[in-house]
Amino acid sequence: MLDIQNLHVDVDGKSILKGLDLSINEGETHALFGQNGSGKTTLVLTIMGFPNYRVTEGRILFKKKDITHLPINERARLGIGLSFQHPPAIHGVKLKDLTEIAAQHGNRAFKTEEVAETIHIPPDFLTRDVNLGFSGGEVKRTELLQLLAQNPDLVLLDEPDSGVDLENIALVGETINKLLDRDKRSRERHKAGLIITHAGGILKIVQADKAHVLVDGQIACSGNPGELLNDICELGYEECVKCPR
Amino acid sequence: MSKVDELTERAEKAREKKAAYGPDIPLESYTSKAPAHEKVQTLKMLPTNYQNQSLGVGVDASEDERSGSFFQLDTSVVYSKTSAPNVEVLSVTEALDKYDWLKDYWWKAVAVDADKYTAQAALEFSNGYFIRAKAGAKTILPIQACMFLAQESLSQNVHNIIIAEKGSELHIITGCRTADELSHGIHVGVSEFFIKEGATCSFTMIHNWGPEVAVRPRSGSIIERDATFISNYVCLKPVKSLQMYPVFRCVGANATALSYSLLYATEGSHMDVGARVIMEAEQCKSDVISRAITNGGEIISRGNLTALHRDVKGHLECRGLILGDHGRIFAVPELDGAVPDVDMSHEAAVGKIAEEEITYLMTRGLSEDEATSAIVRGFLDIEIKGVPPALQEEMRRAVHTTEGIGL
Repeated sequence: MLDIQNLHVDVDGKSILKGLDLSINEGETHALFGQNGSGKTTLVLTIMGFPNYRVTEGRILFKKKDITHLPINERARLGIGLSFQHPPAIHGVKLKDLTEIAAQHGNRAFKTEEVAETIHIPPDFLTRDVNLGFSGGEVKRTELLQLLAQNPDLVLLDEPDSGVDLENIALVGETINKLLDRDKRSRERHKAGLIITHAGGILKIVQADKAHVLVDGQIACSGNPGELLNDICELGYEECVKCPR
Repeated sequence: MSKVDELTERAEKAREKKAAYGPDIPLESYTSKAPAHEKVQTLKMLPTNYQNQSLGVGVDASEDERSGSFFQLDTSVVYSKTSAPNVEVLSVTEALDKYDWLKDYWWKAVAVDADKYTAQAALEFSNGYFIRAKAGAKTILPIQACMFLAQESLSQNVHNIIIAEKGSELHIITGCRTADELSHGIHVGVSEFFIKEGATCSFTMIHNWGPEVAVRPRSGSIIERDATFISNYVCLKPVKSLQMYPVFRCVGANATALSYSLLYATEGSHMDVGARVIMEAEQCKSDVISRAITNGGEIISRGNLTALHRDVKGHLECRGLILGDHGRIFAVPELDGAVPDVDMSHEAAVGKIAEEEITYLMTRGLSEDEATSAIVRGFLDIEIKGVPPALQEEMRRAVHTTEGIGL
């Protein structure tokens, strides 16, 4: 579904991604590890098409179509969705309205109030300005609400569990499972996902198929998510990178 | 000297007096005379294009959801009616004939010699409305009033009196606009508000002038003990020069003045709009909130809170958004505390739309233009407490039908 080839990306004239290759097939969920500043967020924002993330070389194919230079909204309409780590607050734009806009390009039968309730978003939140004064955990849940409405085929999740309290972590994880068809048998899964996680906690609930370690703008290592995470926890990123695997 | 003569003399002396703010308008290039228009039995009898144009400023010819109507075409009051018991809607000329006591209110909240425009309204007076809620009368459905300017080069000089008597509740929507075909004209509008003890009055004014029209409203209000006055002003359409700086005097204990304004200036438009609240008694409260957007035009957004008494509270908020590469917003917030133990604050911010807000909305499928419109509409969507839903809806509709903002 997603095929990234030799991707080089500059941000404000600084080279961040330096020849990155990554393929995610339909039905697969991949996890992406990496230290702060390794380029994880740059990768998802580039896949989404943010204009400040300039592709200097390489290309991004989505559903076999070259989307390297498409604007963000066209990528969204093709089926790419993103849960932001730190989304901006927008005065006067209500969460419900934005969720319903997302549903227009995705799940048209989406019932905002009903779904909101299932992910513990109280009704008064829907009439609030999006992200304005939301706590870290509230931001993550409302991002997922919008993604459920958008119903994308490729789901990009940037630190979906950071700031989420223990009480809600299972709920967030199960919601992601739903978004990614992880609640279905493997042959019935059609959604693809890329989850950025620094600490890896979310992977206890969301079973990823594969994991990658991003070091200095390149995929330094790929493999079984559990094993990679263990290595990182035991040895740290620096040792992990030296591993010849 | 009689009171009338004295007012006339003061006005005569102010004939050439330039206003404190705004470009000087040569009044001699306009005429104050217009042929009389016949009265109509219902607003539906007005020319259809006038009906449709009035709708854009919140004046509905069907009179649904309204408890009274007033319509002035050029200098003629063609319609005035009310269905609410104990609420009067009259032409001010009629009211002056009917009530001798009205002269005690005439030029009480606005000085006749404030500038050449007040002088013009006094000397070349061309009617206006009188709206009064009697003591204890409560109407939730708004009264609508329209000032319509159709004659080329007319100076429409109106004088309005609004009285909310003790314990009453009154909601008014005033729409002012020029006929589409009119190119040159000026509207001089004096409005005096008297909000008596314990009364609540909301006044929502939606303006839609032409790109060559000058507008000089002159408003003053006197708010008594435990009374609340909510003033909403919306001007989102081109205007050559608009300058107004209404003054709200909170004279009784626990009086509240709330002023909200929404401004949108395209290239060629100049708006100098402010609001001043003077708090003269204990526990007075005030909010002056403005949202200004320039898309090539110039906006001066003024606000002034003056505390003349201890134990008062006020907040001033000017937010400006600059769209495109041209245009200017000059925010002038002023706080004037002359006594201790007052609580006044202000915040002002002028800037462009944050790129990250646009890109965020685009990830949900909106195009860049749609995302910009949604942010601009959100910027103008201020929640106003105490205004009936029908009026909130009119304000929202004004925003949604503005080119460059609405979809």
